[in-house]
Amino acid sequence: MADLFGLPLEEIRPDSSPDNIPAWDSLQHLNLVLALEQEFGIQFAPEEIEQLLSVELVAALLEEKAAPRGAAHAR
Amino acid sequence: MTPDLQLSRESIERALEAGDWGRAQADLRELGHGHPTAATAGFVISAWSRLRPHVALVPCRLYVLRSFTVEPVVPLLRAAAFAGGIDLTVKVGGFNAWVQEILDTGGPLGAFAPDVAILAVQTRDAAPELWERFPDLPAARREAAAAEVAAAFRAWMAAFRRHSRAALVVHSLELPEWAGAGVLDAQDAAGQTQLIARINQEIRTAAASIPGVWVLDYDALVARAGRSRWADERKWLTVRLPIRAEHLHALAAEWMRYLHPITGRIAKVLVTDLDNTLWGGVVGEDGIEGIRVGREYPGAAYWELQRVMLDLHRRGVLLAIASKNNPEDAMRALEAHPEMLLRPHHFSAVRVNWNDKAASLREIAAELNVGIDALVFLDDNPAERRRIRMELPEVTVLELPADPLGYARALRECPLFERLAVSGEDGERARYYAEQRGRGELQRAAASLEEFYRSLAQRAEMAPLENATLARAAELTRKTNQFNLTTRRRGEAQLAALAAEPDCEVWTARVADRFGDNGLVALLILRRAGEACEIESLLMSCRVIGRTVETAVLAFAASRARAMGAKRLEGWFIPTAKNAPAAEFYPGHGFQPAAQREDGTFWTLPLEGAALACPPWIELRGPKEPTRSVHVHA
Repeated sequence: MADLFGLPLEEIRPDSSPDNIPAWDSLQHLNLVLALEQEFGIQFAPEEIEQLLSVELVAALLEEKAAPRGAAHAR
Repeated sequence: MTPDLQLSRESIERALEAGDWGRAQADLRELGHGHPTAATAGFVISAWSRLRPHVALVPCRLYVLRSFTVEPVVPLLRAAAFAGGIDLTVKVGGFNAWVQEILDTGGPLGAFAPDVAILAVQTRDAAPELWERFPDLPAARREAAAAEVAAAFRAWMAAFRRHSRAALVVHSLELPEWAGAGVLDAQDAAGQTQLIARINQEIRTAAASIPGVWVLDYDALVARAGRSRWADERKWLTVRLPIRAEHLHALAAEWMRYLHPITGRIAKVLVTDLDNTLWGGVVGEDGIEGIRVGREYPGAAYWELQRVMLDLHRRGVLLAIASKNNPEDAMRALEAHPEMLLRPHHFSAVRVNWNDKAASLREIAAELNVGIDALVFLDDNPAERRRIRMELPEVTVLELPADPLGYARALRECPLFERLAVSGEDGERARYYAEQRGRGELQRAAASLEEFYRSLAQRAEMAPLENATLARAAELTRKTNQFNLTTRRRGEAQLAALAAEPDCEVWTARVADRFGDNGLVALLILRRAGEACEIESLLMSCRVIGRTVETAVLAFAASRARAMGAKRLEGWFIPTAKNAPAAEFYPGHGFQPAAQREDGTFWTLPLEGAALACPPWIELRGPKEPTRSVHVHA
């Protein structure tokens, strides 16, 4: 996310969102979605894309989507 | 993020901070090649932006006229452009606004003043009737609909050219994954796919008639990935992005194939390694019988790579070799292996030795008289690739996959060899270099000079001056400065008049050797005067001097003098500022000085018992008597 928004890593915080990162516009939002889908091998539903509005929410949704596969490996 | 990706990013950061621009470039090129994702592209672009002041990049402004979301392609494109030596500024036009942007001279297209524009319009947007409503169309309407779309494209291209001097790249139309009529469509000469193909044909014809307009075969690009894999219907319906994220880099790469030739950032020479690159195995160890190249696996991988190189050669790209090998082994493999597609004559420069390859590449660039940045280097050994990236950051080093079956594809994908036009001269040039190179190589390889002369297999063909050779003969008298005994310039009419005189003979010589025909390269004018035969002119192009052809021509002159009944062969040497190479010619062949004038020396040789003979390694041919066949009308 730091690369996408052209920011140093330490400036990305859980509450980072389009409201406090100027580069996070609708186009960067699309790039973010594409990068996440590629990186984690997942697909977001259109409704989910609209929810990805902060780093915290992104992390939560990623965990949720990765869970079915991750659960098999846990423990 | 994978550990090696993390490592190379840290290495780039360190190189940038240390001001080691060469190393940063080398690392960045490797990184950009292996990991074309949106996240990497962001890092690559910001790293290049820091590097930009310290390296030579070609600036280019690109405007994208489009009917779909292309924004996610832009960072991938800019990263690829940086790696290819192009500093790209990109502006994307309004969504579905390409028509008004082309027509509106005061709009954003004109204001941006691009060097290049791309017209990226999908079939479903440019030809909606043909895309999804085709089965609804009455048969009579179908062809008209296709003609209207073709006419629209023609109009857009023409309008663009009226308003802008930028190059224009036009996407042609993709075919549908499924035809609306099912298999019935293939039975119809005016079916859906056929009509879209017809529009594409007309786009090509129209583009060919407008300067600076080029067609991008978008359907071929889609087909390479597979139509069903290329499309992302969900993203199309939600964010108007019709292409799956994993293929966005392929579109960026395809655009680069046009941007390289348009901006002139192209490579002229492909320098290849031999062992395990051009063939499988090591010729020095496995022998000619043991190396692998041919139509069958495992030699097929190398055969296919050679096939691609041959395609590039035909396109005008020069081929060269940089190999650590025994020269005899390597050249024998190229000459004698029955399945080899590439032969020694395909290569314009050859460095087969045990030297550092960076030194070989520098020598090759110098020999072919091109900049070091005009070279692309191909080698299976990652260490050699790394070495060249570090030592010669200007050279483009192709990244090769571990499996040789992927080599041919990697070379085909290199955008630096793309051309938007082929000049015939390029092919000629490759042949000329190859011949010159062959002669020089032989001279280096031959143990003795005599052996070299023998290996050249030269043939000198003497012929009386005729109408067909008159112009070239006159040109030789005008242009030849170095090996020219009297430097007398003569026009065509003068030469023809001399040839017609009963006491005079005018001879031309063509010289060929094992590398090719050098053409008509020497002129000899003899005049009988009493008991002597005087050489009025003897001159020879510098293409062949120093290879004893001079002696052959002089021996021929002696035989003609005898035939004329002369007892002495004589001639002036008139020194000039440039003809020092001919100064020792007469004394070197046993002539004695007979007279001295302010402008020169007259030399003479008694023909009786004279040991003047054609060197045994030159085959001298010619008629015994001149036929007088020149008739020039004043």
